[in-house]
Amino acid sequence: MSQPLPASDRPAPSLDALIACPRCDAVYHVGTAPGINQRATCTRCHHVLIAPRQSAGKRIIAVALSVLFLVVAATITPFLAISTNGLSNRSSILDAALAFNSSGALLLLLSFALAALIVFIPALRAILVIYVLIPLVRNRTPWPGASRAFRLAEHLRPWSMAEVFAVGCAVALIKISALAQVDLGPAFWLFSILVVLVVVQDTLMCRYTVWKRLEG
Amino acid sequence: METPGGLKSAREMGLIGCTRCGRVWPDGTPRCGRCGHKLRSRDPKSIQKVWAWWLVGLICYVPANVYPMLQTRTLVFTQENTIVGGAVELANHGSYAIALVILVASVLIPVSKFGVVALLALSVRHRARLSARRRLQLYELVEYIGRWSMIDVFVVAILSSLVQLGSIVSVKPGPAALYFALSVIFTMLSAQAFDSRLIWDREAKNGASPAP
Repeated sequence: MSQPLPASDRPAPSLDALIACPRCDAVYHVGTAPGINQRATCTRCHHVLIAPRQSAGKRIIAVALSVLFLVVAATITPFLAISTNGLSNRSSILDAALAFNSSGALLLLLSFALAALIVFIPALRAILVIYVLIPLVRNRTPWPGASRAFRLAEHLRPWSMAEVFAVGCAVALIKISALAQVDLGPAFWLFSILVVLVVVQDTLMCRYTVWKRLEG
Repeated sequence: METPGGLKSAREMGLIGCTRCGRVWPDGTPRCGRCGHKLRSRDPKSIQKVWAWWLVGLICYVPANVYPMLQTRTLVFTQENTIVGGAVELANHGSYAIALVILVASVLIPVSKFGVVALLALSVRHRARLSARRRLQLYELVEYIGRWSMIDVFVVAILSSLVQLGSIVSVKPGPAALYFALSVIFTMLSAQAFDSRLIWDREAKNGASPAP
């Protein structure tokens, strides 16, 4: 056990062996970091502090690449189609996001916000994570701006709402099926896979390990 | 992992913990040298920000329920539905599960979120009946489920882009969609503004033992 001195006198060299729980501020000394598939949780508030996974870096990159591919594919291909009495209409995910654009400036803003939540933020997070992790898994020095990129990716996490949109789709489908015949386009299935991958990407990531590596 | 000299908060040790990456710095360090996140031992304006976002969120939630969310135009009639009205109509058509999803996402989650965030903000200043652990669990729950309220906005978006069949049937978003989306965004910001470390400071001051 090391008792760090009040640091007003000097920046104690042992500070980088400490970790403060982001939820409750309890300080721990990381003596031996937990091994693969072990977890270190805060004893006071049970927040997971460290949880490294076997070759998580490569797996996260693979998942992020698929997320990126799926977002692009799901955005440009038709998503849902309906038909009744000889009339039909189809729509892509971007159409859905921009559905509010015809009715005034405020709703246009909402349209852009929705497009960001569903498409752009998940895609941007995938790009940022790939950028941060590629040098790390190859044991090279991080690329310039990597910590800023990872910080942005973390900041955007609550605003990436692909999975919420997926549940919205399910609800909308059932609502429409009373009115007209609904056909699921390829993008619908792509999007369903995407949602699973987004969740996988977040559970694999051990933030402590990434920050530690970015520090060098 | 060990706790140096018993479980202490970074603040009690004269240090600042970075809420983004967990790195510990000497008190007074402006920015985290590892991740660049702004360091604050505690955010003194945290509770003020929580209440500010909370209030605008609540204000937006009123028109979100009063104005129509959806406008359905068919050959014979034009129908406008509010959030609750739409759910009731779904239930009348026998889609109880979907009506329940809409009610949970658009009424139960937002309303309980307003309640929980207010409770957390008050508990920092006043005595709370719930333990700190329990309150942190509530906070994490609110942070996690807050985004799911967006479901109904997405449903409206999908319906109004897809259901455009000329004169037979067409769906347009109503003004409530905007207010509802804003309300969700503001309450998410309100929850994010809350500094959960404040929960434990009061606990430590009261001399309560840190529950294992």
